[in-house]
Amino acid sequence: MSIKPKMVQWDPTDIKKELLKKYPPKVARKRAKQIMINEATECEAPPEIVANVRTIPGIITMRGCTYAGCKGVIMGPTRDIVNITHGPIGCGFYSWLTRRNQTDPGVDGENYIPYCFSTDMQDQDIIFGGEKKLEAAIQEAYDLFHPKAICIFSTCPVGLIGDDVHAVSRKMKEKFGDCNVFGFSCEGYKGVSQSAGHHIANNQVFTHLVGENKEPKEGKYKINLLGEYNIGGDGFEIDRILKKCGITNIATFSGNSTYDQFASAQHADLSCVMCHRSINYVADMLETKYGIPWIKVNFIGAKSTAKSLRKIAEYFNDPELVKKVNDVIAEEMPEVEAAIEDIKERTAGKTAMLFVGGSRAHHYNDLFAELGMKTISAGYEFGHRDDYEGRQVIPNIKVDADSRNIEELEITPSPDEFKARKTPAELKALEDAGLKFRHYDGLNPDLDKGSIIIDDLNQYEAEKLVELLKPDLFCAGIKEKFSIQKLGIPMKQLHSYDSGGPYAGFKGAINFYQEIDRLVNSKVWSYMKAPWQENPELTATFVWE
Amino acid sequence: MLLKHTPTEVAERKSLTINPAKTCQPIGAMYAALGIKGCLPHSHGSQGCCSYHRSTLTRHYKEPISAATSSFTEGASVFGGQANLLQAINNIFTVYDPEVIAVHTTCLSETIGDDLKQIAAKAVSEGKVPEGKTIIGAPTPSYVGSHVTGFSNMVKAMAQLADETDKKNGKVNIIPGWVEPSDMEEIKRLASLIGVDITLFPDTSGVLNTPLTGQYKMFPDGGVTVKELKESGQATGTLALGEWCSAEAARWLDAKHKVPCSVLDMPFGLAATDRFIDALRTVAGASIPDSITTERGQLVDLISDMHQYFYGKRVAIFGDPDQVISMCEFLRSIDMYPAYVVTGTPGKKFEKRIKEITADMPFEVKVKAKGDMFLLHQWMKNEPVDLIIGNTYGKYIARDEDTPFLRWGFPILDRQGHQYFPTVGYKGGLRLLEKILDLLLARKDRDAPEETFELVL
Repeated sequence: MSIKPKMVQWDPTDIKKELLKKYPPKVARKRAKQIMINEATECEAPPEIVANVRTIPGIITMRGCTYAGCKGVIMGPTRDIVNITHGPIGCGFYSWLTRRNQTDPGVDGENYIPYCFSTDMQDQDIIFGGEKKLEAAIQEAYDLFHPKAICIFSTCPVGLIGDDVHAVSRKMKEKFGDCNVFGFSCEGYKGVSQSAGHHIANNQVFTHLVGENKEPKEGKYKINLLGEYNIGGDGFEIDRILKKCGITNIATFSGNSTYDQFASAQHADLSCVMCHRSINYVADMLETKYGIPWIKVNFIGAKSTAKSLRKIAEYFNDPELVKKVNDVIAEEMPEVEAAIEDIKERTAGKTAMLFVGGSRAHHYNDLFAELGMKTISAGYEFGHRDDYEGRQVIPNIKVDADSRNIEELEITPSPDEFKARKTPAELKALEDAGLKFRHYDGLNPDLDKGSIIIDDLNQYEAEKLVELLKPDLFCAGIKEKFSIQKLGIPMKQLHSYDSGGPYAGFKGAINFYQEIDRLVNSKVWSYMKAPWQENPELTATFVWE
Repeated sequence: MLLKHTPTEVAERKSLTINPAKTCQPIGAMYAALGIKGCLPHSHGSQGCCSYHRSTLTRHYKEPISAATSSFTEGASVFGGQANLLQAINNIFTVYDPEVIAVHTTCLSETIGDDLKQIAAKAVSEGKVPEGKTIIGAPTPSYVGSHVTGFSNMVKAMAQLADETDKKNGKVNIIPGWVEPSDMEEIKRLASLIGVDITLFPDTSGVLNTPLTGQYKMFPDGGVTVKELKESGQATGTLALGEWCSAEAARWLDAKHKVPCSVLDMPFGLAATDRFIDALRTVAGASIPDSITTERGQLVDLISDMHQYFYGKRVAIFGDPDQVISMCEFLRSIDMYPAYVVTGTPGKKFEKRIKEITADMPFEVKVKAKGDMFLLHQWMKNEPVDLIIGNTYGKYIARDEDTPFLRWGFPILDRQGHQYFPTVGYKGGLRLLEKILDLLLARKDRDAPEETFELVL
């Protein structure tokens, strides 16, 4: 497939028709519900998108599995827990250092991030069961490292052969006495994507770890930063800013995190949710059990960072913090504005497409807006309807057969530890002033009318979209990167940041502007034709000098 | 220290693998399948495997890796994945239109016992496979062997396309094993210089090293064709390079279609290349052109010129058995010492071969098949080496132990060149030595006190 010159303005409904044309009828019917034209900003009843449903076999999806969502995403970045993959070697190998969760263990701190631990199941383990081997592996890990905790992650065959990882974990925890051992039933076939793995990780961490440390934590304006994984140092930059504002971050879930951070999360007075998809379960459970309210924040984009800091200050309602936050913003912004001023003239008016996991397609829209770029199409691999349409639709979401077996925990207020952080009157006053609790508006309202929103984009649709709409930049992951670039379109990885970053916070925004400037203005895209391809007919003879 | 928890004292481990020197079968099958022209690999399992395998291959080659998956859900995992695979076959041919779908399995579909042959037959009988299109399949259970085993299983499935025949076409099958596209190109170049008409399978050159032109072809021009594979039973013989990667397919062709085979080492280094070239000469009944003899002489010349820097240097090496065996032989031929040798892939023969190759060393090699990089690192902590050779994951050990590090093998995620410049043959030997010298001499330059820092080395 090659890129034709840009056509006359395509109508979004025609684009959708084009995308569906090649499919067998059943596939076309299904995909039609996962592709929508955004009208949410003007229409009274915004159209529903179908999301979080099973993947079409053979379609070349971008999605991964539950194990990846649980071990790879949520638990992987925690440095002082020994994470053992219970399964054949692949799952552990592929999730070994491939997500860029940066880690600062300090001089003597524990750090198991560079290690891959696996039971490396063999055929006899499949036939006779792998519980004995798992038990021995946990013992060996304990003897070698004496970690604070050992976590066990189940892979596809574990569920099928009936290994009880939870029973083995309980037994070993009791045996050790000084090492928390617990397991995750995150078999790859559960749910329909990484998303189920997030939920399973949330449940187990909340059940086995959160609240373990009863010692109160020192510090003013105590928050949890939920759903921030420190890719390329994002979390470091956010922590720098929070510290400068005098805000105490008790626990990050889970970039550069420790056992103790999880164990102390109940001491915070506010939870700030970055990645809604992966961690909203913990945010809700912290509120129900301990009385900690949560708000949605976004530290991607300089303006969004400033806005999020102001929200936090507003919540704590202390003039000293409000002033400090405003001072920090005033101090950081000039450098950001200088960068935008330099770069924007080279990026303004360009178009982008964003197809990333479960939150970045939304967050990065803000950064592109700052560059004067327009997002013409976006979507998630594994977002749910609330990530697209906002949490108000949650009561209407039907859990289908493929996701029904993902456990929902029943959480009740802790009899001795629940403490409402704000009185109902205080909450009401904050809400009246515009602070939304336990709420997220989703991606759709922030996209222009006529943008094409696509859930679970596949290889065929990606190529077709690029061919038809010819964006100036396409954002997705490693599997998409090189096919898009072969088409001559700059491609930015928004999972790994192409080894760059940080992109969060004020300094991260500047990094990102420079990176996008480099990408969309690189000379390389002008080299695709050789001189003899541009002028194939010989019309002159060579002049020897 | 990045690997600060690795103790010097080696305690026996029976159940916990730490920092594996292998990965699982299906990625090898996916790589092999990409060496068939017009082929879309298909992973019959839950979709996480397929994403992981595509990502790893993409990070290694910096190229698009297309593959489809059956996307098992919990229901399919309990009741069987036949419906998923049938749907996938229909969707793949309608939307992506490959010439071939090469299906491999995962631990999921193998544990539940899906029967690929039966499902493929059903797809054909239900008309889901268009006229002239091909489906092949290889069982690749992740809990047996390693990625190398998966590669071998898919290569065997390719050989199984061979038609029943009494004809001979005078061609020679060469099964190159898991080497880079650049290596496959080099093997083709050598064969053509000698004048041997070969069928190389798999052949990823032209597939995983494509140019940037503004066009994207999901199915690039390279790869062995189904027609060539069907005719592989008519060959004069098969040269299988690498016992672990290639022997199964070659022996199957021998048993089934009476195509005699020789299993040779992969042609890395001087001696293994000598044996390969000599075998080609014999099967072709041709004499070796001077150009190849010159290349060989150049390699020998480089060894003699720079021998002082190689002599007596201790090396730690990890990787896949066929590659590591030839590399150890090469290291011995330039008087370096492979001190520690690890492969994650099981096979007792490996340890035996390495011991034979290193028998003339003044100390005994420490070698382990089904070993891991944690063990290798522990050995290094007990007595250091001058060079470590292996895939990208070795960089953590290299940094901690401040040891020069040659990236070689699979996967290489943090450097370029492997897809363009071969390491097989005499030319490849020159390149390997250039890289090794560069590492050793850069270290010498870095560490020499100013008074002995030299211009000429």
